[in-house]
Amino acid sequence: MSTVSTPMVSSAPLINKDRVIDWLGIAPFIIFSMLFLIIPTLYLVAGAFLTPEGDLTLKNIGDLFTPSIMSAYWISIRVSVASALGGALIGFFLAWAIVLGGLPSWVRSTLLTFSGVASNFAGVPLAFAFLATLGRTGLVTVFLREWFDFNLYGTGFNLLSFFGLTITYIYFQIPLMVLILTPALDGMKKEWREASQILGATNRQYWTMVAMPILWPSLLGTTLLLFANAFGAIATAFALTGSSLPIVPILLYAQIRGDVLHNANLGYAIALGMIVITGVSNILYLMLRMRAERWQK
Amino acid sequence: MKAQRLGAWVAIIVGASYFIIPLIGTIEFSLRMRRGEYSLDAYQSVFSDASFRETFGYSMLMALLTIVFGMLLVVPTAYWVRLRLPQMRQVVEFITLLPLVIPAIVIVFGYLRMYNSSSYLPLTGSTIGTNILLVFSYITLSLPYMYRAVDTAMRAIDVRTLTEAAESLGARWTTIMFKCIFPNVMSGVLSGAFITLAIVMGEFTFAALLNRPAFGPYLQLVGANKAYEPSALAVIAFSITWLSMGLLNLVSRFGKAAPAKA
Amino acid sequence: MSFLTLTNIQKSFGPVQVVKNFNMDIQKGEFVSFLGPSGCGKTTVLRMIAGFETPTGGTLTINGKDQSALKPNQRNIGMVFQAYALFPNMSVHDNVAFGLKVAGAQKPEIDKRVKEMLGLIKLDHLADRFPYQMSGGQQQRVALARALAVKPQVLLLDEPLSALDAKIRVSLREEIRQIQQSLGITTVFVTHDQEEALSISDRIVVMNAGKADQIGSPFEIYNTPATRFVASFVGTLNLIEAKVVDPDQNRIQIGDQAITLKQSVAAHKAGETISLALRPEAGSLSDSAKSDTALTGQVVSAHFLGSVIRTRMNVGGNVISFDMFNSPGTTPPSAGETVTLRFMAADLLVIRD
Repeated sequence: MSTVSTPMVSSAPLINKDRVIDWLGIAPFIIFSMLFLIIPTLYLVAGAFLTPEGDLTLKNIGDLFTPSIMSAYWISIRVSVASALGGALIGFFLAWAIVLGGLPSWVRSTLLTFSGVASNFAGVPLAFAFLATLGRTGLVTVFLREWFDFNLYGTGFNLLSFFGLTITYIYFQIPLMVLILTPALDGMKKEWREASQILGATNRQYWTMVAMPILWPSLLGTTLLLFANAFGAIATAFALTGSSLPIVPILLYAQIRGDVLHNANLGYAIALGMIVITGVSNILYLMLRMRAERWQK
Repeated sequence: MKAQRLGAWVAIIVGASYFIIPLIGTIEFSLRMRRGEYSLDAYQSVFSDASFRETFGYSMLMALLTIVFGMLLVVPTAYWVRLRLPQMRQVVEFITLLPLVIPAIVIVFGYLRMYNSSSYLPLTGSTIGTNILLVFSYITLSLPYMYRAVDTAMRAIDVRTLTEAAESLGARWTTIMFKCIFPNVMSGVLSGAFITLAIVMGEFTFAALLNRPAFGPYLQLVGANKAYEPSALAVIAFSITWLSMGLLNLVSRFGKAAPAKA
Repeated sequence: MSFLTLTNIQKSFGPVQVVKNFNMDIQKGEFVSFLGPSGCGKTTVLRMIAGFETPTGGTLTINGKDQSALKPNQRNIGMVFQAYALFPNMSVHDNVAFGLKVAGAQKPEIDKRVKEMLGLIKLDHLADRFPYQMSGGQQQRVALARALAVKPQVLLLDEPLSALDAKIRVSLREEIRQIQQSLGITTVFVTHDQEEALSISDRIVVMNAGKADQIGSPFEIYNTPATRFVASFVGTLNLIEAKVVDPDQNRIQIGDQAITLKQSVAAHKAGETISLALRPEAGSLSDSAKSDTALTGQVVSAHFLGSVIRTRMNVGGNVISFDMFNSPGTTPPSAGETVTLRFMAADLLVIRD
């Protein structure tokens, strides 16, 4: 990289003019992100602390702790945790399989390509896909009934439920885990394993003393990312369970659409709650990622 | 390490099943419209539906506008930050990551509150205003992907040296931007474009709450009312995503093969 | 009595044979270097000793015990890798303690041993540092301490200095040799750097395309190379084409100058072309130099390198490079000048291809 500070050959002698141009060049982006990203968000955050009349208050935050809203958050958290853990577990084994499993290279590239696509296959079509597969007349449901005489819905299973939504979310959580974890596993140097072996360690000792301690920041961080991802999602849930499963995004949707809470500021508080949860998860993810990268230098 | 390889294959097969079975289920279900036999009736029904064509076309148009205006915003910004304001790089990158952190539903909530008929910028007061707002919201949504794709491409071709070379040959900044920079980051631009296409086509939250006749809300409506058409639509949607990703792979491979023109 | 014995070791990866009939007896406490270019098989042999690769043929015994049934973690061998391979999640202390911990030793015993090892490599003050906070040279010393902490019967080093700066390489190889000698541990050292091998080894194995071309002391390898490959790989060497004039008299001809060799060429026929080797430091332009024969030629170029003057001269179509120590009283020869190189006929070696 060259070390020339002001590269403009045709620059005017005044340094001030250059500085102004510098900042002007980035102005469109700043204006855009302010208008359409930052200010709307801050507007909501501010609104959470105001009454309809405009006075500062903490009442809205307090009102979040009513049973119906709390249960909405609780369901959201449970679905997000469940799908994050499920996606992380299966995703980890898949990533392990393609990086360290000794499989032919076409398996790895196929899985990574497919993961790239599948991680985008969220939203409404995903709900349809699972309805077509695990719904009352879905392929798997029918298959189990006709070939194994097993009545899936007879066991109390229902796709339109907490469990069903979790399974559906896992469909895009797994690829995300695979995509993020594969580079982390690539960074596991072969020499570490060999060094531990020659020093007398068994396979199990290698995993508990070396590999897991090195990997856990990446694993935990990515799981948090998966959690945040699921927490903010709405389209799939809306298409699958409609309003019957009152997760927080659905609650917010209803509030936006029809002011069901009869209190706009409470809506802001709910939004604030969402931002706090996804924000904290992402910050923790970044911190863990920085830690993992520092070790893999 | 035979046991290890067996375990790996088991993991792959389990994972692959999880991915493939829903796809097969969807395709199978979409063929079931006619009683007793497999047919493409569901697809016929979808394609002959005027709403399908309208909303599909609408979303396509929105995607195109998003890509064009998004890139007009992102490419110069990424270029400028690399060249003139490297100290702002962290800040700009942070901003581009915000749409991944702040849920879409929160952002659209903010829009509706800030840009309704009684605000300084009454975008939602008119159809064209709302359309503009929708495009901006899509740009915001795909900002992380567009910026990262373009920025990576710029990092690979060392824009600073390229610019200095062009300047020493007497080029004006418009020439530099459109004749030197854009062509060389084209692979990054196209990568970002294809991801944006996939995102916009499937997007639901913004379109629904802004009440625009986009593909996402249409899908949801069909899902609530029809039995077999939703599966056909899911197959179509998935194919679009596949196509976008496939084109993206093609483009990035092509971009790597072509040498950077200095 | 041989401590580490390799007998007819072979290794193939699919159809490609990377190690061919490798035989070697290494004595206890000996420092042996495997020297050769990339791909010659030296690292493969090392890894077979460690147990990371299984030989496709031949036997390997350490202290009389056949190793073929033993896994790497059962062989009690210490190994130092090119990329250091320190565990990034552990401090220096914990890295060095790893082998002992895995073996089930108790904490006081571990701490004592770690302290001892860190003292050996003179890095006691860094016990609580982490690998990412240390330089390459420091990391490699810790890797050495880690390998030696478990009192292995053999120490293996796989190009341990290749990733380090030139200055550190020189000081660290001295340190490794010192530690090895004080502990008396049997050591195998793999390198592609001939200066490294020459300066610290008891014996060197020069490997070429899977085979051991020559095994001998550094002095032997350098001064009496057995093959053209060894001669050209170790040190700079002049390869001269000569014609055999009289095989029984050992008379050969370089260009139009005749020389009587000290080595026998009786195996060759008159008129046959053979290759001779001459070390650059073997000759001198000075009249008072000890010599019994000479070659005259024209100077092609002369480079002043500081303490050494490297001159290239043309003799009958061969370009011979020779080094002379700098002397303030003597000016370097200039291009085109005719000079006479004086040397001992014994220094002209016949090379077997």
